[in-house]
Order: sequence, then C-alpha cells, then structure tokens
Amino acid sequence: MHWLAEVHVALRSGIADPEGQTIGSALRSLGYATVAEVRSGKLMRIAFEADDHAAAEAAVTEMCLRLLANPVLETASWDLRADEQQDAEEALP
Amino acid sequence: MTLVTRHPRVAVAVFPGTWSERDFAHVARTVLGWEASLLWHTETDLGGPDAVVLPGGFAHGDHLRTGAVARFSPIMRAVEAFAGAGGPVIGSCNGFQILTEAGMLPGALMRNDHLEFRCDWQALRVERPSAAEAWLGDFADGDVIRLPISHGEGRYVADSVTLDELERNGRVVLRYADADGQVTADANPNGSERGIAGIVNAGGNVLGLMPHPERAAEPEVGGVDGLRLFRSLERWLQARPAAAERRL
Repeated sequence: MHWLAEVHVALRSGIADPEGQTIGSALRSLGYATVAEVRSGKLMRIAFEADDHAAAEAAVTEMCLRLLANPVLETASWDLRADEQQDAEEALP
Repeated sequence: MTLVTRHPRVAVAVFPGTWSERDFAHVARTVLGWEASLLWHTETDLGGPDAVVLPGGFAHGDHLRTGAVARFSPIMRAVEAFAGAGGPVIGSCNGFQILTEAGMLPGALMRNDHLEFRCDWQALRVERPSAAEAWLGDFADGDVIRLPISHGEGRYVADSVTLDELERNGRVVLRYADADGQVTADANPNGSERGIAGIVNAGGNVLGLMPHPERAAEPEVGGVDGLRLFRSLERWLQARPAAAERRL
C-alpha cells in the first residue's frame, strides 16, 4: 500500500526562534497589528509504501526519531493517510 | 624509553560541501610539517591517524539541519570508534555541528539570533583547560585568544540541565568574549547560550568549536592563536605512551 505522511517539525517551546520573530515583525509592519507570535517550522510530505497502517505509522515514527527532527530542539507530529490514488493507478492493467 | 620522533598524522574528513579541509591540511603539512590525509566521507578506514579533523563547510548542503545528513556518512562510524577509544577529534564550525548531530557532543547549533552570516575575527576566553584535554593543554585558564568565525548557524543551544552539567564539569572550554576576556552579550556573535563557543566531551579528547583555528596559523593571515591548539595536541600525543607505541 502507498501512504502519504505530512510531517510537521516544530521547535520546542522555549527554544528561541529568530526566524519566526522576524516573520512576526514583518507581518506587524504590514499592518497586522494583532499578530502576537510566529513560530517557524518545517513541513515534509513523504510518499512511501508499507504493508498496513501500523507498519506505516511505525516507519514514520522511526524516520522522525532518526533523521527528521533533532530531539534536542524539535518535536515532530504527522498526519498519515493511505494514498488511494497511487494504489488505484498501480492497480490498472 | 625510546622517544618517538615521527610527526603527528591527522586524518581530515571531507564531505560533499566541506570547504576547510585544505586549510587544515595546509597548516598540518606546510606550517607544522605534519602528515595529513584527506579522506572522502565514504571511507570506512581512517588509516591509523593520531587525530581526526572534521572541518568546516556545508556537508551535504546542510540540508534539513546542519550536520544532520553528514552524521550518517560511512566515515562517521570510524570517527565514532576512534573517539570512543580515546582518540583526539576536533570538529570546527560545520564539524562541531556534525559532532552534535552525531550525539558525540551534547546540544545543537541553530541559526544565529540575528539571522546573518557572520565572518569576522572574534575574541574568545579559554576556560579551565587541563592537560588531559587533547586540544587545549597549552592554554591557561582565562587566556584570551583571537580566531576567525565564519558561520550562519552557530548559536549553541542545550537545555539548562545540560548547560549546568557542562559548566560544572569544566567542559565549556571556549566562550565568546570581548578583547578583555569579558563574556558579554555584545561580544556574543550569534546568541549562543551562555556565550558558549566550544565544548569538549567527558573524556576531553573530542573538541567542538565554532571558530576556525586553521585560519589563524600564520602571521600573514592576521593571527597565530589557532596554532596553539595544534601544539597542544602534539604535546598531548607525546605525553601519551599508548599513542606513542601505536605510532612505532
């Protein structure tokens, strides 16, 4: 089965985010005066194959632990869904 | 006892995007008369060096995070084994970032707080060096040295428990300072926690630092303080009988 994982990597709370602060002040200077805080992060869309949902979930967990997020600084969360379109395309004769 | 007079031999790791390997090799070979070998990151055998250098640059494009991909290069297994056996390792700039990503040193290095790349001479205060530390034995506590920095992601970050532990054990060895050796916010070029510019592992044989000692090894380039790290290493190697035997 094909799967799509959308992995969000965010800085842990308390870790200074000068990029987010700069974006925040840019928004305020554009007139969005109510912007209180911006935290920047990363979004990664990963297309991969796994036998079932449990195996896919385990694979994403491992990817995050080993490479995608640095636990010293970051947390990772993700949305995982079956890529039915890709499965259907491969099922075509 | 037979005195071994062979010159130190350093292995310099080269990743795709590394840029300081030739400067390290130049200092080792031309300035000091040592031997230096440049090893591509796919190597799994270091060739029995006396010390290993992880130089600065942008290994694997610094994609994802600095050092995040480099830590999985095959050569890093050999570097970890070498360091684990007590071998001296220095990681400068990108090399420091790789050492933290590999878990060989604690903490992490993040984007400078002002978001700019900073390339300048920087005063540093040396703290609590001991003869047991491979790269710093020639320094005295409180020495102020000048080394170039050249980085966009040098802000040292760790949780307060880790920072306290590093300080308690004398593992913070270099801090950004002003010319008088005062560690102030103004002297901090990147927002590093507690002004930290360099740390060592618990054994004292692995040093990570953001500054570039290899760029301060000849008067022509503006300073020679970087040479003192190499001299420290040379004396440390001479004082270590096991290493001397291995070099026979």
